[in-house]
Amino acid sequence: MGGLEDPLSPGQFGSDPFGKGMEPLTALFTDYTLRTVALGAALLGVVSGVLGCFAVLRRQALLGDAMSHAALPGIALAFWLTGQRHPLVLLIGATVAAWLAALLILGITRASRVKEDSALAMTLAVFFGFGLVLLSALQKHPDAAQAGLKTFLFGQAAALVEEDLLVMALLGVPALLCVVLLWKQFKLLSFDPEYAASLGMPTAFLSVLLTSLMVLAIATGLQTVGVVLMSAMLVAPAAAARQWTNRLSAMVLLAAGFGAGAGVVGAVISATARGVSTGPAVVLCLTAITLVSLLLAPQRGLLWSVWRRRQLIAPME
Amino acid sequence: MLPALEITDLTVAYHDRPVLWDVDVRAPAGVLMAIVGPNGAGKTTLIKAALGLVRPAAGQTLIFGRPYAEQRRLVAYVPQRGSVDWDFPTTVLDVVMMGRYGNLGWFRRPGARERALALAALEQVRMAEFAHRQISQLSGGQQQRVFLARALVQDAQIYIMDEPFQGVDAVTERAIVALLRDLRTRGRTVVVVHHDLQTVPEYFDWVTLINVRRIASGPVREVFTEANLRATYGGRIAFPGPVSADRLSEAQEQTLSTATD
Amino acid sequence: MSPELEVQLIAVIVAAACALPGVFLVLRRMAMLSDAISHTVLLGIVLAYFVSGALGSPLLFVGAVAMGVITVALVELVGGSGLVREDAAIGIVFPALFSIAVILISRYAGNVHLDLDSVLLGELIFAPFDRVTLLGLDVPRALLIGAVSLAINLALIGLFYKELKLTSFDPGLAAALGFAPTLVNYGLMTMVSVTAVGAFDAVGSILVIALLVAPPAAAYLLTDRLPVMLLLSVLIGAASTIAGYWTAYWLDVSVGGAMASMTGVAFGLSLLFAPGRGLVAGAARRARQRWEFAQQMLALHLLNHEGAAEASEECSLRHLSSDLRWRADFAEEVVRRAERGGLVRRAGPVLTLTERGRQAAQEASLR
Repeated sequence: MGGLEDPLSPGQFGSDPFGKGMEPLTALFTDYTLRTVALGAALLGVVSGVLGCFAVLRRQALLGDAMSHAALPGIALAFWLTGQRHPLVLLIGATVAAWLAALLILGITRASRVKEDSALAMTLAVFFGFGLVLLSALQKHPDAAQAGLKTFLFGQAAALVEEDLLVMALLGVPALLCVVLLWKQFKLLSFDPEYAASLGMPTAFLSVLLTSLMVLAIATGLQTVGVVLMSAMLVAPAAAARQWTNRLSAMVLLAAGFGAGAGVVGAVISATARGVSTGPAVVLCLTAITLVSLLLAPQRGLLWSVWRRRQLIAPME
Repeated sequence: MLPALEITDLTVAYHDRPVLWDVDVRAPAGVLMAIVGPNGAGKTTLIKAALGLVRPAAGQTLIFGRPYAEQRRLVAYVPQRGSVDWDFPTTVLDVVMMGRYGNLGWFRRPGARERALALAALEQVRMAEFAHRQISQLSGGQQQRVFLARALVQDAQIYIMDEPFQGVDAVTERAIVALLRDLRTRGRTVVVVHHDLQTVPEYFDWVTLINVRRIASGPVREVFTEANLRATYGGRIAFPGPVSADRLSEAQEQTLSTATD
Repeated sequence: MSPELEVQLIAVIVAAACALPGVFLVLRRMAMLSDAISHTVLLGIVLAYFVSGALGSPLLFVGAVAMGVITVALVELVGGSGLVREDAAIGIVFPALFSIAVILISRYAGNVHLDLDSVLLGELIFAPFDRVTLLGLDVPRALLIGAVSLAINLALIGLFYKELKLTSFDPGLAAALGFAPTLVNYGLMTMVSVTAVGAFDAVGSILVIALLVAPPAAAYLLTDRLPVMLLLSVLIGAASTIAGYWTAYWLDVSVGGAMASMTGVAFGLSLLFAPGRGLVAGAARRARQRWEFAQQMLALHLLNHEGAAEASEECSLRHLSSDLRWRADFAEEVVRRAERGGLVRRAGPVLTLTERGRQAAQEASLR
């Protein structure tokens, strides 16, 4: 795995990426690298925030984690077969592998008595292990190291270029458009799939489509935050947004906003603080948002319910 | 006249274990029919198979003489209340509007017309003031009425309901009964999976008794007999005779509920 | 002992140590917690390193195990709030802890050899070179750690077998009988953490997940008995690692990756060929029962319509294909078989049940 730029090495933007005295916020508009990274992270935040809502509501919160790990052999194979490392080629490989993993998880739980959690954990680890096998075989290839296991594991937002953004938009925008167009189908599918089927909706098709869109979101995220942290990109915005609203539309918009906001703030933090790479920075921003939401959101927030309980008990004393 | 609902020779098997064996059910238009039988008798499976939600090994469903797939629009389904997550972020009105989704085509959004229909349906189940409530804030009975309203906006000819009386309060039970009668006077057909034998003669005019096989099906006064009930429930039932529900003593209710569990 | 043999021995022992608590994870539907734990122990290692200042310190082990248990507690805290479901709680908690670990390493421990990918991926091949001397015996450190965690797991499962079994199958009853399900749960999670930490030094955290979950899942398809499942899991895990080792050796690829792949193969084989529950057995049974089932259906159908006014219409061959939705040739074949078996008689287009057929139908209806 040598030959890679270590994404964890301190100061990925150089010791002072913005020149003396430049504020990070202005840098957001002037610094090319930071702008690209922030834009990429925000785009990912929106796409994964939106699709994460459906994943969480359909009790598939951890499917994203399994699928992102499972993408590794796809990336390795795509590189092996084409000899290219164009982001689009690798993303197609990742998408196919992740999609296969989702299918396999569904198949195992349907066809045997093995439960979903075991199917998820097993598929995750076995696909990933197989990916390692392929990667190690690739290492013997002359310029193999570039397939970049570390990039895959932890993302490498700092290395994003405009071409990557283009690919991300190419996958993300149609995915979002799909959600807008098929809004009522996805909503009913998530709430009451049997009733949806009784109305004549093609629920199997819709379900596969929704999972495929989630795969697209994951594929766009791999380069930015990496495999391990991808599940947080899907789950945390949705979990946070759910606390503030009782409407699906508002939840999805809020989740997109949280995702985008955390993306930009995470990128800026990563650019200014030494040795903080983008993926973990974005995820910690999201965690903070989630924590605040769980504690403080009106009505549902934990602190509010503690306070309400106090109010109830107080008069009795 | 063609029967509203005709299920013929329906056999359903899960992993080669038959859940329903060659069941025939025929509901004439305009009847209120109860489907009763012990737990595991296949009541829910029967309606799910009729609605195409479960794949049968044999048999078919005809709606007014034509296959169900062609007549889907004429049928409205009320699933069991417990089958969904009531913490889903949506409002009462929104859930009821879902009943119109089938008529909207692929990309159209529900609009003012759907809203008006949904509000009218909520009025009918006496839930209008809850229209903008989040669904997790509803009681069990209120949830059930929301589901009924959702089916009502479909404006179907046949309503198929899975245990609508399960765990609801007295107010809701009366509201549902009133609704069923209203549907009947409007010539609609209602098929209800039902648990409480005691209320069958009072609430319904037709009944189907099943236990994997169909035991009997027809007008309540003809087929809701002790002999048929014994055949359905085996020896495990204490049949109290034809009494109306309000005269039923607590003790008898107890016997029945243990027998049907 | 040659390094090759040592590597295999380490792998087998680690596989056995993982399979034992893995069985209970699978039975309790908590397999994804292994994913969470195996990632977050990194934070425990980092924090313990900051306290102790040395990579070799046993404090690292303690810190890692503690963090595994803390992860479980956090997941239960977030999931228990009722605001998010347990699976979502896992998806929020472990990336957060992992992120903190990654940032801490790159900010403050950049110069130390605390290599992230070796933690995640492990390097089994190098395990024989890290040696310790114990009682005058020179053994690889990974072997010692694996053996200790295997011994601990064996001892704990032996001691608390009853409790583990009962709380896994019926937590309500267990609580009613005075066993403390929470205590047993945290005990199990400590066991999982100890095993994971002990193992991933050698094999990496992703392979740990494979070894914890895949062999027990494969065994779950092979038996209904807990002791058998425990034994089979250990055997399947051990066999997978050996097969993985040799695959890696011949193809010259990643050993950990090959072992993880082999646990997948083992599960796949079990899924396909498990006697009774496997897909092949199921398909064979269905093929065998298809005709039998169809003949029963035919007999019941005839019985149901016997004596009715529409009997001659309902009981014709033509009707079978239209109302039972049977294809004409299938219906023909079923009738032929039923006729040969003496269940039905054919008179022109009309079918009637024989006495034997009536009996068969009545028996079928009682099932």
